[in-house]
Amino acid sequence: MTEIHLTGRTASPGLAIGPVTVLMVAVESRRARGDPAQETAALKAAIEGATAELAELIEAEQGEAADILEFQVAMLEDDALAEGAFDAISAGTPADQAWRAVLDAEIAGYRSAEDEYFRARTADLVDIRDRVLGRLNGEDKSVEITGGSIVASDDISPSTFLAADWTRGGAIVLAAGSSSSHVAMLARARGAPMVVGLGPLSWEGRPPALALVDGDAGTVIFDPEPETRRLFEHRMDAANAARAVADAGRVKPALTAGGRRIPVLLNIAAPEDLAGLDPAICDGIGLVRTEFLFEASQGLPDEETQYAVYRRILDWAEGRPVTIRTLDAGGDKPISGLTIDGESNPFLGLRGIRLSLSRPEVFRLQFRALARAAVHGTLKVMLPMVAVPSELDRARSILDAEIGALRAKGIACARPPLGIMIEVPAAALCAEDFSAAFYSIGSNDLTQYTMAAARDIGAVADLNDAGHPAVLALIARTVEAARKRDVEVSLCGDAAADTRLTTAVLATGLRTLSVAPLTVARLKAAIAKVSS
Amino acid sequence: MHDTNASRASFLPLTASAVLVNPVGLHARPSVKLTQCAKRFAAAIEIALAADGPWTDAKSPVKVMRVKAPQGAMLYFRVAGPDGEAALAAVIGLVHDGFGEA
Repeated sequence: MTEIHLTGRTASPGLAIGPVTVLMVAVESRRARGDPAQETAALKAAIEGATAELAELIEAEQGEAADILEFQVAMLEDDALAEGAFDAISAGTPADQAWRAVLDAEIAGYRSAEDEYFRARTADLVDIRDRVLGRLNGEDKSVEITGGSIVASDDISPSTFLAADWTRGGAIVLAAGSSSSHVAMLARARGAPMVVGLGPLSWEGRPPALALVDGDAGTVIFDPEPETRRLFEHRMDAANAARAVADAGRVKPALTAGGRRIPVLLNIAAPEDLAGLDPAICDGIGLVRTEFLFEASQGLPDEETQYAVYRRILDWAEGRPVTIRTLDAGGDKPISGLTIDGESNPFLGLRGIRLSLSRPEVFRLQFRALARAAVHGTLKVMLPMVAVPSELDRARSILDAEIGALRAKGIACARPPLGIMIEVPAAALCAEDFSAAFYSIGSNDLTQYTMAAARDIGAVADLNDAGHPAVLALIARTVEAARKRDVEVSLCGDAAADTRLTTAVLATGLRTLSVAPLTVARLKAAIAKVSS
Repeated sequence: MHDTNASRASFLPLTASAVLVNPVGLHARPSVKLTQCAKRFAAAIEIALAADGPWTDAKSPVKVMRVKAPQGAMLYFRVAGPDGEAALAAVIGLVHDGFGEA
């Protein structure tokens, strides 16, 4: 049996190891049906029963968990929810079908919501639907989740989560799901690691026995080899010890033991990543990936959509600097209708700035939205995958042209400073030659291009080492170029969050690090241990 | 809800608006808080995302959630009933306080 590596998005941090429980979501229809009067009575009883069940659960819960269940109770107690179902029953539809149809329509409304937060409520509505269906069918469908197990499913409902015992470890890994779901909030509150968006979990009839879950990196390994498992357990022990210390210092500024202040910025992949976060934990946002906009719209998002999203992020930051990266498609991030299919080596092909310059109409639209948003905060814009200065120069002329066009029409806009990502070794070696307003080092690509080893190819993954002297030398060289040109430089790749590298990274002269929100506490704790 | 309005025709509707300041808009918990607050009053209380509607019964969590009001949205209230003034002050206060979450 070979181990299976899957990458998703992190929804709750931490590491876990355990046996896998695959949840099959299926509520069967009931057999016996009666006349409309009986069916109406059956649905009423089922809704009341479900409400009572929830009330009982609330008794045992507190805080966030109780709030979430109270929301479900409020929805169930509202006649507006079942109105349509009772109408359908009087017209002859069986209770379970009527209820399912009405709730499915309600669920579809949530699923198609523009706002990620409302989309994430889908799981609550599914929970409500299935709890009532369960009562109608008169069967107990609740799945037994043994404490300490890794729950693998498409998505998971809050009541399924709450029915399990999370004090003995365990984790959740989902094919779909959302980091803003109620379950994700609960998982974070209970310290259960959770990874979402893994894509289809197909085992071809043989579900895995064991899984390693890395809630920090958003990865899952099913049926690991003994050596993989041993290394993972080692990491778990160290991480558990470190976490307790770290959580205390999240909102304090990061200072080294030697008293140097290290600005800590956030990397985000979507505005939803900021939900519930206190801006005080960071000194700004160092990387906003914009690929999500193109994935969500399944094509090209219009200017207004982009502008609204950029503005929301700037509003959240309350004046702190926000660096937004222009579309970085291609390589491992294909976008249908935009990237080129069938390139022999997509990582060395038309990706990042190269793709943007080849599709100027898409690029122009993004620049227009960015220039308009720049009025509302401290916006900086960075270009991915830049290799030669002419790419920056061409992008700048496109930006200038768009700003000119906006001004000519009297549309409010501002010119954001234009910086570059340093992820191609050529750009690191010649950083001084770029007239960039700032540099942001993307250590993931810089490492793979320097070491000629991809991190998702297991056989060469050990070569993909951001701590290798060659990679650190390129970082140091970029920092030196920034010092000479008197521009800012920061690190936004995974190396910034890898606390084993913090000392080495700061030794290159770097002062600003940008990491995922969930790793801020741990990074600040690691910085405090750096002596210089 | 229209019936409620009609039966209290002698009370002129009061209106007010406030910006949603809590982080994720009129979501699950704020919706529950708003409807619980609204139900304490006899007056008909409705919300909308525009000054001219469409209006939604503020006492129904199912309907309030369907509005999907995001953070930063202007929320309009229309209230009619004997305790209308107190009701309006209470719901506006709730929005201003960010539903205790901001």
